[in-house]
Amino acid sequence: MSPKGVPEAVIAAVSSEEHPIAPFLRMDRMPHIWCSTCGIGTAVKALVAAFEKLETDLDKVSIVSGIGCTGRVAGYVRLDSFHTTHGRPIPFATGLKLANSELTVIVFSGDGDLSAIGGNHFIHAARRNMDLKVICVNNFIYGMTGGQAAPTTPLTAVTSTTPYGNAEPPFNLCHLAAACGANYVARWTALHVRRLTKAFAEILVKPGFCFVEVITPCSTLYARKNRLGTGLDIMKYYHDNTVIEHGAEPADTDIVFGGPIICGKFVDRDRPTWLEYQDQHLGEVLGDKYYRGKVLQGAGER
Amino acid sequence: MKADPIGVRTGTLYLDGDRATAEGAIAAGCRFFAGYPITPSTECAELISERFPEVGGIFIQMEDEIASITAIIGAAWGGARTMTVTSGPGISLMMENIGLAIMLETPCVVANVQRGGPSTGLPTMVGQADVMQARWGSHGDYEIIAYSPQSPQEAFDFTIKAFNMAERYRTPVIVLLDECVGHMVEKVVIPPADTIEIEPRRLTDAAKDEYLPFAYGDDLVPDMAIAGMGYRFHVTGLTHDERGYPEMSVRCQEWLVPRLVAKIRQNADDIIEFDEENTDDADVVVVSYGISARVSRMAIDLAREKGIKVGFLRLRAIWPFPEKRVAELAKKIKSYVVVEINLGQIYYEVQRCAAGRCETLLSPHAGGGVHDPEDIFKVIEKGAKVK
Repeated sequence: MSPKGVPEAVIAAVSSEEHPIAPFLRMDRMPHIWCSTCGIGTAVKALVAAFEKLETDLDKVSIVSGIGCTGRVAGYVRLDSFHTTHGRPIPFATGLKLANSELTVIVFSGDGDLSAIGGNHFIHAARRNMDLKVICVNNFIYGMTGGQAAPTTPLTAVTSTTPYGNAEPPFNLCHLAAACGANYVARWTALHVRRLTKAFAEILVKPGFCFVEVITPCSTLYARKNRLGTGLDIMKYYHDNTVIEHGAEPADTDIVFGGPIICGKFVDRDRPTWLEYQDQHLGEVLGDKYYRGKVLQGAGER
Repeated sequence: MKADPIGVRTGTLYLDGDRATAEGAIAAGCRFFAGYPITPSTECAELISERFPEVGGIFIQMEDEIASITAIIGAAWGGARTMTVTSGPGISLMMENIGLAIMLETPCVVANVQRGGPSTGLPTMVGQADVMQARWGSHGDYEIIAYSPQSPQEAFDFTIKAFNMAERYRTPVIVLLDECVGHMVEKVVIPPADTIEIEPRRLTDAAKDEYLPFAYGDDLVPDMAIAGMGYRFHVTGLTHDERGYPEMSVRCQEWLVPRLVAKIRQNADDIIEFDEENTDDADVVVVSYGISARVSRMAIDLAREKGIKVGFLRLRAIWPFPEKRVAELAKKIKSYVVVEINLGQIYYEVQRCAAGRCETLLSPHAGGGVHDPEDIFKVIEKGAKVK
């Protein structure tokens, strides 16, 4: 007999022996390494839900990660998946995408990987409007190495390398991506599963540099050091302190310790992608001599 | 298979070594290039940027050398033949990801036009001091393949070879030019496309559910899948098993890393290349490579005029090193004279292989110019006097 008020489909899903998203995962790699209440799994689930929603041809999707807790995502999803070096998933993905423009290339990595050691690649890929779907799990900290400060750590927050509180202003990654030229910029938290899924579904079909920041709890390190409570307490914090403001000026969405988290879709525009601009410009300048132009035209005629 | 004629500028051209490297790459089927400007290598990138739009290649100038090497690795997994080119400071930045290419067994080519170092050193002037870095520069155990052209013609020829070996052994291959060869302009004969052999990529034909990315056969080289073929494979820079899954254990490390080394060592005879002249009756054998090999010839002629029996061992491929031949010759000569624009790199390798069976002498140069043949001659003379 079902518990009162719970739909039969939900009961069926949770009582099934196979996890509902198992077909999308490398189940032979389970159990995963993430702590309980970590938000990375939620972000992965939302991505899978977006694939299901769009009925994406997964043979044509590649996922590239760097190093760190989020860097392990590439190893758990059943796609062509590349676990690269620290900070370098964006240039790796750039090569992958340009070598085969039919691929949808997702970069799924952490805040330290993408904005510290990989920060230079991040700004230049956004400037170029490279056709990459960049998902950044931001837990304000280096989790894998034991909770050190990151370029995203809010002022005054305690980490294992800022034991007296962080005295460095952090990046606002959404502002950074938007300022550099990204086509799509959004921020959600691990609580906003449906909105996150919708954002992922949008970026999977949107050309250009698309950036989604996912604010997630790291209860093992960040929350413990800052006495923020359990994973559930953090979800409650997200619930009570999120302000949804679509179209907000990215410069006004800084994250302050203990303050509100402004979420929403901040940017959605249509600058030409790197490859579109190349094809257009070189086609104009070189005419018939532009090989890719002939190939693209041929493909159109067929 | 044969080269695609669209990329082959058949005929007699006058090119510097940098541009000859670019022509070699395009002839070999290179269709993705990522690079960052750095003297004295930039002419290669410039020519690629000019030629690629007409042959269907993608040229991208990245934000730094780290991005450049990583992008060519990514592009190789997207199915392209790929290259980057750089010099001292840039190759230092690339080292970590050369290790990634080794670990992911990614075919790609890296050209390093050597200049004087350390650090910014002598940007516009010659050096040959990156030879050991080419061999050992990335962390961990691995083997590398590196070619050392002595002319623009060889820059063209060896770059094609580098692409072929990269595919055959699924490994990054280094073309180790020096500033002199990179900037000297000489005749380069580019043959017809149908005479240029191109090694195809070792793509897997395994069933989709049976493919193991790192299972291998007798030559120790696994067959490759590339993104989009439907295999949904995983690769990682972590120590990994035959499924490509990370496994941090002594057992897996022992399964993986010795094979990465052995796939080159076991096949070294297929890769090693050198020219040998007048070694039959030699008392002294000069060992050199790149521009220094050409300067050495003048010293050898001088020595022969004076009646010294000098032989020559010119390294075409530097890595793997021709250990067996150097050890054999050591038994019957008085001394080796190693000529290189550094303060002793291949010198130590020759000394190691000679293992005390003959003397090993160095004719060094700190960089910025080539040797005075007289200086080399004096070392040859000293070598001939060894009892």
